[in-house]
Amino acid sequence: MAVGIDLGKPTSQHLLEVRDLTTRFYTEDGVVHAVNGISYTLDEGETLGVVGESGCGKSVHALSMMRLIPIPPGKIEKGEVIFKGRDLLKLSEEEMRHIRGAEIAMIFQDPMTSLNPVLTIGFQITESLQLHQGMDKAQSRERALELLDMVGIPEAALRLDDYPHQFSGGMRQRAMIAMGLSCNPSILIADEPTTALDVTIQAQIVDLVKRLQDKLGMTVIWITHDLGVVAGMADRVNVMYAGSIIETGPVKYIYGDPHHPYTLGLLGSLPNPEGSMGVRLYSIPGEPPDLVGMPKGCPFAPRCTFKVERCLHEMPMLEEIEPGHLAACWEKDRVRRV
Amino acid sequence: MGVTMDNTREIALHVEGLKKYFPIRRGIFQSHVGDVKAVDGVSFDVYKGETLGLVGESGCGKTTTGRTIIRLYEPTDGKVIFKGKDLAKLSSNEMRHMRKSMQMIFQDPYASLNPRMSVFGIVGEPLEVFQLANRQERRERVAELLELVGLNPDFMTRYPHEFSGGQRQRIGLARALALNPDLVVCDEPISALDVSIQAQVVNLLEDLQDKLGLTYVFIAHDLSMVRHISDRVAVMYLGKIVELTDRSTLYANPLHPYTQALLSAVPVPDPVIEEKRQRILLEGDLPSPANPPKGCNFNTRCPKAIDICHEVEPEMVEVQPNHFCACHLVKPVG
Repeated sequence: MAVGIDLGKPTSQHLLEVRDLTTRFYTEDGVVHAVNGISYTLDEGETLGVVGESGCGKSVHALSMMRLIPIPPGKIEKGEVIFKGRDLLKLSEEEMRHIRGAEIAMIFQDPMTSLNPVLTIGFQITESLQLHQGMDKAQSRERALELLDMVGIPEAALRLDDYPHQFSGGMRQRAMIAMGLSCNPSILIADEPTTALDVTIQAQIVDLVKRLQDKLGMTVIWITHDLGVVAGMADRVNVMYAGSIIETGPVKYIYGDPHHPYTLGLLGSLPNPEGSMGVRLYSIPGEPPDLVGMPKGCPFAPRCTFKVERCLHEMPMLEEIEPGHLAACWEKDRVRRV
Repeated sequence: MGVTMDNTREIALHVEGLKKYFPIRRGIFQSHVGDVKAVDGVSFDVYKGETLGLVGESGCGKTTTGRTIIRLYEPTDGKVIFKGKDLAKLSSNEMRHMRKSMQMIFQDPYASLNPRMSVFGIVGEPLEVFQLANRQERRERVAELLELVGLNPDFMTRYPHEFSGGQRQRIGLARALALNPDLVVCDEPISALDVSIQAQVVNLLEDLQDKLGLTYVFIAHDLSMVRHISDRVAVMYLGKIVELTDRSTLYANPLHPYTQALLSAVPVPDPVIEEKRQRILLEGDLPSPANPPKGCNFNTRCPKAIDICHEVEPEMVEVQPNHFCACHLVKPVG
C-alpha cells in the first residue's frame, strides 16, 4: 500500500470523508446543479449503497471524487474528499493517477464501453499491474490469471488472450471487476455494475462482490437505482435526490422506517415482494426537477404530499432521527411507513 | 381477479407452435448455414381482458414472440389465431387492417417516436393512415386520447424532445389506443423508466385496461412488476416456454428449476428478508440460440439435470389444473 504524502491539514479518522462536495456543469442551457454540497463518511470494510433515480447526482458524485468529470463543462465548485488523510481534490494530476486504480478503483455500468474492444482482456488487466505495481510481463500475466480465476471465469488461462467481444455480458463485468481489484484497492466504487445484466447474472455478480469483500476486506460504494440490490448487501444507504443526500442511515432503518417522503414514495412504488396483488402501486406524482433551474427550498417539494409552506422557501438540512439515521425534511416527524 | 383456465372464458388470442428462425448466412453466395432459433415452438392462449406476462432473460425470445404475434416479423411456422383468423396466413393488406385491433408499445420511448413529428402528428397518424377522421375530428380525438393517458391536450403541438421518458411512454400509449384496439402487446414498456415513473405508467396501464377492456401481452424481465400486473405468467427460456400458470401459483409454487432460480435471483427491497434468503445461483450464461443444447434447453445450467435431460426434449404438460411445465423432473399430480 502506497504511503500517502501527509499534507497535515485536513485529517479524518475515517477511511473516506466527503465534505460539502459540490459539482456543477456550465452548459449552454444554463448551470446544471449536479451535486449540491453532499457530506458523508465511510469506514474500512463498510458497504455503502447510493440510491436514486437518473439525474440525481449519484454517478457524478463518484466521478467527482475520482476527479473524472470533464472540465469544462464540469467544475468541482467546492468541498473536500479526504481519503486516508489527504484531500483528493487538492492532489496534482500525477498524484491522482496513483490513487485511481491503485487505491480507489471504479467499475462501470456498461462493461462493453468501458473495456477497449481492440485490446485483449489479458493486456488490459496486466497494463495496470505493470503501471501501478511495477510488475514485469510474466509476473503480471500470472497475477491476471489469478484474478480471472478469482472472479470465476472458467478456463482463465485460455481466455486471457480473448478480446472483449468474445466474452458474454456477465463475463465482461467479471473481467472489469478483476481489473478493478488488480491493485488491491481500499475502495471499490461500483457504478450500476449490474444494471445491464440479467437477474440471474446479477445475482452471480452481487454474490461475487460480497465474497471478495469478505476475503479482501474491501470497502465498497455501490451506486444503483435498484433498491432491491442494495437491501441485500449494503450496511448503510445514502438516498439521493436532485443532487443532495436527502436521507442516510443503516440499511434496516432506511427500508423499515424511512423518514423522508421521497424514500417512502420510492419504496411504495415497488410491487410488494410478499405479494399483496391487485393493490394499486403508490406513485410519486410529477417528475424529478430540472437541475438547471432548481427550485428554491426543498427540491422535492413540488412532488411531496407532506409539504408545508416552509418547504417552498427553505432547504432542509440533514438532521438526526436516531443515531446514524438522518433525513433532510422539515416534516420528517410526520413521515411514517404504514 | 382469479383466473381459471376454463372454457367459459373467451379466448382473445391463440398461439400454437409459433416459431421464428432468423437465418444465418455466410460466404459470398450468402448460403444458408444455420438458424438462430429465437422462438422455437411457443403455444399459449390469452383470454379476453386479461394480462398475460411473458418473462425471461435477454435473448430468451420474449420480444421476438411479441413482434411475431403482430407480424412485425414473419413467423417461420405456427398459428396465431386472432378474431377467428390465422394471422400467419393473412395477406399484408388484410394484416394491415387487422392491426387496427392489435397494437404495440415499445421499450425505448426515445427511439419509438419520430422526433420530427409533433404529438398531434404521432398520435393522429393511425387515424390518418386508415382515413378514419378529418383533421378537425383528429384534433378532437387526439385531445381525448392525451387526456386519457394523463397528458395535457395543449401538448399536442409539441415535439417528442420536449417530453420526459415517462411522458413519451404515455404518448406511445395514446398512439396505440387511437384505433380502439382489443389487444396491446407491451414490450418492456417500463424498463427504460425511473422507479417512481414506472409505478405511474403501470397504474395507467391498469386503469386503461379497466376502462377500455383491453387485453395485454406484457413482456418484461422485471419479475416483480410482471407479478404485479399479470393475471397469468409464461416464463421463457431460450425460445421456449418452460412454465405457464396464474401468477400466484407461479410465485408461490414454481415447479421448473429455471423458474425457481429466476425467482430466487430477484432482489427483494427488504433487508430483513434478504438476510434470510437462500439464492439458487445458476452457473454460466445462456447458450446461443443458434446452437441450442440437445435435449432440454436448460440442461447446461440446471442444478437438477439427470441423464434424460441431455437426450430428450421435455414436453409441456399440465401438471396441475392450469399449471403447465416442461421438465422431466416434474410429474403430473394425480
